Amino acid sequence: MTSVLRPHAEDQFADELAILAKTDDRPRPPGWRLSPWAVTTYVLGDGGQITPKYIGPRRIVEVAVATLATDRALLLLGVPGTAKTWLSEHLAAAISGDSTLLVQGTAGTTEDALRYGWNYARLLSEGPSRRALTPSPVMRAMEEGRLARVEELTRMPTDVQDALITVLSEKTLPIPELGEEVQAAKGFNVIATANDRDRGVNDLSSALRRRFNTVVLPVPATTEEEVGIVAGRVAQLGRALELPRTVTGLEEIRRVVTVFRELRAGVTADGRTKLKSPSGTLSTAEAISVVTNGIALAAHFGDGVLRPADVASGIVGAVVRDPVSDRVVWQEYLETVVRDREGWRDFYRACRDAG
Amino acid sequence: MPEVSVLGVRHHGPGSARAVRDELSRIRPDLVLVEGPPEADRLVALAADPGMRPPVALLAYVPGEPSRAAFWPFAEFSPEWQAIAYATGAGAEVRFCDLPAAHALALDADPVRRDPIGELARAAGDDDPERWWEDLVEHRGEAGTLDVVAEAMRAVREGHVAEGTEALREAYMRTTLRQAVREGFARIAVVCGAWHLPALTPPAAPAAEDDEALLRGLPAVDVEMTWVPWTHGRLAAGAGYGAGVAAPGWYAHLFAAPDRPVERWLVQAAVVLREEGLPVSSAHVIEAVRLAESLAALRGRPLAGRSAGTEAARAVLCGGDEPQVELVRRRMVVGERLGRVPDATPMVPLRRDLRDEQRRLRMTPEATPKEHDLDLRKPLDLGRSRLLHRLALLDVPWGTPRRARSKGTFKESWTLEWRPELDVALIEAAVWGITVEAAATARVRDLAAGAGLPELTALVERCLPAHLPGALPYVLGRIEDRAALDGEVRHLMRALPALVRARRYGDVRGTEGLAGVTDSMLTRICAGLSPALRGLDEDAAREMAALVDGVNTAAALMGSGRWRTTLTRIARRDDLPGLLDGRIVRILFDAGALEEDVAVRMARSMSPGNPPARSAAWMEGFLSGGGLLLVHDPRLLATVDSWLTGLSPEAFTGVLPLLRRTFGAFPAAERRMIGRRIRSGVAPAGEEATGYDDTLAAGAVRTVREILGHTGRP
Repeated sequence: MTSVLRPHAEDQFADELAILAKTDDRPRPPGWRLSPWAVTTYVLGDGGQITPKYIGPRRIVEVAVATLATDRALLLLGVPGTAKTWLSEHLAAAISGDSTLLVQGTAGTTEDALRYGWNYARLLSEGPSRRALTPSPVMRAMEEGRLARVEELTRMPTDVQDALITVLSEKTLPIPELGEEVQAAKGFNVIATANDRDRGVNDLSSALRRRFNTVVLPVPATTEEEVGIVAGRVAQLGRALELPRTVTGLEEIRRVVTVFRELRAGVTADGRTKLKSPSGTLSTAEAISVVTNGIALAAHFGDGVLRPADVASGIVGAVVRDPVSDRVVWQEYLETVVRDREGWRDFYRACRDAG
Repeated sequence: MPEVSVLGVRHHGPGSARAVRDELSRIRPDLVLVEGPPEADRLVALAADPGMRPPVALLAYVPGEPSRAAFWPFAEFSPEWQAIAYATGAGAEVRFCDLPAAHALALDADPVRRDPIGELARAAGDDDPERWWEDLVEHRGEAGTLDVVAEAMRAVREGHVAEGTEALREAYMRTTLRQAVREGFARIAVVCGAWHLPALTPPAAPAAEDDEALLRGLPAVDVEMTWVPWTHGRLAAGAGYGAGVAAPGWYAHLFAAPDRPVERWLVQAAVVLREEGLPVSSAHVIEAVRLAESLAALRGRPLAGRSAGTEAARAVLCGGDEPQVELVRRRMVVGERLGRVPDATPMVPLRRDLRDEQRRLRMTPEATPKEHDLDLRKPLDLGRSRLLHRLALLDVPWGTPRRARSKGTFKESWTLEWRPELDVALIEAAVWGITVEAAATARVRDLAAGAGLPELTALVERCLPAHLPGALPYVLGRIEDRAALDGEVRHLMRALPALVRARRYGDVRGTEGLAGVTDSMLTRICAGLSPALRGLDEDAAREMAALVDGVNTAAALMGSGRWRTTLTRIARRDDLPGLLDGRIVRILFDAGALEEDVAVRMARSMSPGNPPARSAAWMEGFLSGGGLLLVHDPRLLATVDSWLTGLSPEAFTGVLPLLRRTFGAFPAAERRMIGRRIRSGVAPAGEEATGYDDTLAAGAVRTVREILGHTGRP
């Protein structure tokens, strides 16, 4: 057992990648470890040795893989918690065998993070040279013909984002200080993720936007699918965080997922009643954290069984982000939907007590 | 022996359509038999009329029975339409060879939907028959595919024995074919669904005598036929015969495009997006085509098809933006296309239905205005009223309502006048349905689809007298939806009173469902009212007070306790605008639900700690229901009096207009009584309390309480 909190995808699933590489006899694009078809199988699973990494529509993954195979850059859009980063990590792991060439976009990201920086000690002693250059993950990906990942692209300032334009269209990175350039080796490409809830933060310039094919990751399509994702991740996380064992009824998970789905979609599961949606995103990732949190509560302070009261405060916290408008939404939901629902009496009471 | 060619097609398949067109111009038949109701034979000539533009449908209906109708839609890319178009152009005769609609409607049998293409696709190891057929046939449209299909169908139908309606239909097709042979046509082409092909060709075809025996003594009804305009949207919905088409726009494109369907389709999608002002360049289209092709390769398909094209448009042209994808879907995949029929087409059934209704209700359309008083308690008059209300909904205002002379809700007065333009309006209204009721229902549903809350409540009030049981639940459902999404609680409060009023008609008009909607609206109002009372300026507070009054009356009619609980909770707050606070306290006081003593509450609100303007507003809200309270409860009057006399001269001038407005609204008699009280000195209530005998008054008090609806302990 490794002491690393979270191993990289290519390490955690090394044996699955090896199996696929051995059996994969379809043509591989230059620089790819696997054929596009095998990459799709790796991500979606084959029902046997290969476990599904992403649970969602097949077409999403197909479009993403086909995009990377056409040497266009891939932009994964979606509300927070729709597995954008997760998918990009696994795509990089399957295609290049390396998911570590990563740039995290923040308001403070500079152009150096996308191009190159300088080792100033060497720069002063030796003058400008390739040895004095510190390459960015993007530059290394170009040299080695791998995939570079840019997280939260829209959080970077727009002028920094635009440093990617030449890289994506000309596939070259000029180094004017040395009069040189780095030309991308075959297999290089970029996967960027961005959050479309706050699209306005630093919108992509249309010149850059044009270099990307956009794939919007949806929220899970059915309750069962989402319950499966939540239950699976909660079990994995519980093991990784070494939480004490609890009795986690699928019942409680289904309840959390149902509440999240109904409020997110603005309509009850039976399609009979419309609802207002709160301002929060209520993503699957949040459902996972509500349940994990509830398990921690049940394990350390409760009787070891996940009960409505353990998840209620988590749910209220996730739903009521804006103390005024979201509170109205939540009250309406409690009174018009939860109150009269068969078998939800305990849950209703727990939620009322939680606020 | 004539030469007979049977062309098996897929209904609404563009590849089949192209193959049929080519095949027909090769064999040059003098008779074309098309799968469809033979009653329409005499309407075929209209297909060549320049005023006819597909998509159109053949409509068969039983006069007077709106539910018994059937449609046979045709699009430009339907093989059947291409066959008719070829025949009328080349001077060949066209006959329909399916079971007559007279029998089909009389049997009322839902035809068994076969999925031969699906069976073939499964045999080929593909789980999506549409896609499989597209790859194999529709995308190629080469000569010879018809033969391949014929051979495959024989294999699929091996051992299958037709039963029920299917057997009848095929027997009729064979009979028509034999009849044509007897009449001496030289070259006959039959265009029918691929599934029927083996049943019409020699080895499998039964003998003529068997068919005749089968068709003998079938029930029949009187059937009328006409052409009606159709839309791509309705083709996609899959009504009528043949399977619904998932993507009529895409098929129309496949049929029209000479080559490179995906490239052309993506270019057109780019044009559509550009028309909406979205920046889509040729470079986008190039990348979209590349993505579509590599997607097709990844999926192991020979050519990029509809789904790859849509995915490429989504990822590249639309940048993943769903509304833009929806635009492309609506304009390009379904394709907004509305058909047209020539003027010579037989009379629309709506007009015929209206004539029948008029006969039944003994009303004659007259050009001179005439007044009618209807007594809704009589069935005949009720029927007339409903007809007039329905026509009004269809924008055919035959009757204009006048104010009824008597006050009862069972009387209605109308002025009837049939003007020539109403005939035109009626033809326009024919798109909504074939009977007045069905058309009005469809129209209401259409109106409701895009309406906001106020329009919807108005629509309910129009629906009730028109008695549209098919439309009312839908409108109520929409109200429910709107109410749920409307973040503005004032909209709900404004809509509720009208709905509650309508609910009282319950017995006469039949308003099931209304109760549920009003209850849930009240629940939502109760949940949202408290936050909505924050930060209101004077005008907003005044408006809100009126709304609270309206909801209060409605809630009383509904007998809801939740409303009062909500108000009680709100009354505990101390940050309300004065007017509203006063109003709510008064409502609770009148209902006997105020938690604390009213005098204490009033004293607190009028105490010097409050700005004078707020106190004055509070008093206005409190007293706006009438001033008699001040006459009867001297403690309240004393509070008002001491507040007024305690004001500084400037503050008094400030609140004077408010006071004037409050007291000016009271009836003169009340004002006089208050004045007399003041003059006689505002004394503590001691002497009055001994003015009557409790035991003597008990009987009267009990009766009065009963009248007021208060029960239990006095």
